[in-house]
Amino acid sequence: MIGRRVVVTGMGAVTSVGHTVEASWDSILAGKSGAADITAFDVSAYSTRFSASVRDFDVSPYLSPKEARKLDVFVQYGMAAGIQAMQDAGLEISDANATRIGCAIGSGIGGIGQIEKNTEIVNSFGPRKISPFFVPGSIINMISGNLSVKYGMQGPNLAIVTACTTGTHNIGLGARLIAQGDADVMLVGGAEMATTPVGLGGFAAARALSTRNDDPAAASRPWDRDRDGFVLGDGAGVLLLEEFESAKARGAHIYAEVSGFGMSGDAYHMTLPPEDGRGAARAMTNALSDAGLAPDAIDYINAHGTSTQAGDLAESRAIESVLGSAAQSVAVSSTKSMIGHLLGAAGAVEAIYTILALRDQVAPPTINLDNADEGCRLNYVPNTAQQRSIRHALSNSFGFGGTNGSLVFSRVS
Amino acid sequence: MSSIEERVKKIVAEQLGVKEDEVQTEASFVEDLGADSLDTVELVMALEEEFETEIPDEEAEKITTVKLAIDYINANLA
Repeated sequence: MIGRRVVVTGMGAVTSVGHTVEASWDSILAGKSGAADITAFDVSAYSTRFSASVRDFDVSPYLSPKEARKLDVFVQYGMAAGIQAMQDAGLEISDANATRIGCAIGSGIGGIGQIEKNTEIVNSFGPRKISPFFVPGSIINMISGNLSVKYGMQGPNLAIVTACTTGTHNIGLGARLIAQGDADVMLVGGAEMATTPVGLGGFAAARALSTRNDDPAAASRPWDRDRDGFVLGDGAGVLLLEEFESAKARGAHIYAEVSGFGMSGDAYHMTLPPEDGRGAARAMTNALSDAGLAPDAIDYINAHGTSTQAGDLAESRAIESVLGSAAQSVAVSSTKSMIGHLLGAAGAVEAIYTILALRDQVAPPTINLDNADEGCRLNYVPNTAQQRSIRHALSNSFGFGGTNGSLVFSRVS
Repeated sequence: MSSIEERVKKIVAEQLGVKEDEVQTEASFVEDLGADSLDTVELVMALEEEFETEIPDEEAEKITTVKLAIDYINANLA
């Protein structure tokens, strides 16, 4: 990355397979699925009746009941992950550094649950019954806003919104802000809670979701020939990024370096990728070039791998085109096979798994990959994690609108 | 049936996230009970619901303490 070096010194996550980073990672390495029947509302009329939602989450360590009541659930997940990341990093915020510390945490959809609830209120009882907290509790930049108030972070305060690339873009652009000197520290990531009557219905109407209602845990099956769409997931991931020299000087625990970031637009179709995945390939190529790495330096790729027909094939082709002969030896897996698709949080949670893969020198598995589809020729780490040497790892995200992002993470010796 | 004072204090405690015994009759929502301007809007909405009434905005703005809330309900509904 051009400019100052940027490292990861804190991480937080809330997912369907664990409400902390370590609990979630243990489940991922064990190949545990977080998908289950939806019980939060009546789904009998829906073509898809399951999700990888966060269940039995206790928000009380992070927010008082009064605070939580005012915030959409996606903000609550984002706040929890942000607070975890801050605690993990152990960074002291003082008058001396507060204006150099910022936030960039987005969401793909935002507070759709609150929008639905208040729409019902206005239709049934009129506008005077809309909660005064509806707007500040449901708009997308409220995780960045609330965390900045909580910790006194007075640097850049953003929330980039790019559908399923949201998490990746917030991390990459947050890292750029540090590299280029706008900030020294950025709290970055994404959060999502779109498993609501309208959210589920909307993705179902777009024919994007798996309808494997008889076996939710087997529904997300990237690159498998029997895949039939993605599984909606909820949760959040937040990372604390710091300028390398100051992180080192304060003796911070450094997980990894954000060594490269690349972006691209497909300019092709609102929901489908081009068959050859050329937009995805360009994001990966740009990230490698930004990192100054040859394609064979990448040992692990945490793929976007949503378990859709078109997307999985296009990404596989894109990886082959970018890595060339190195594609035969790289490990590629989709942790969405376990946590589902967290939309705006996906890139953030998956960046965390990518970093932990570097730390533990293990590629997490793609579960439910029983029969690789025709044209899917890579090592997708089927069903069981693989111990291997990982020097540099890539994390991909691609979103509706044809928006692509790739991050390269590297070990720091 | 609880008294109007008890019902008002219970709602104030719930809405503002404070203990019921902290809700003194003379307490100001903003200065003593940590409310902000949006909290007071929501509090008035909760009072409207509890007492099945509609408090006009110009009256709602004047309700800044527990006592003023109790007085308003007594004067307009009792």
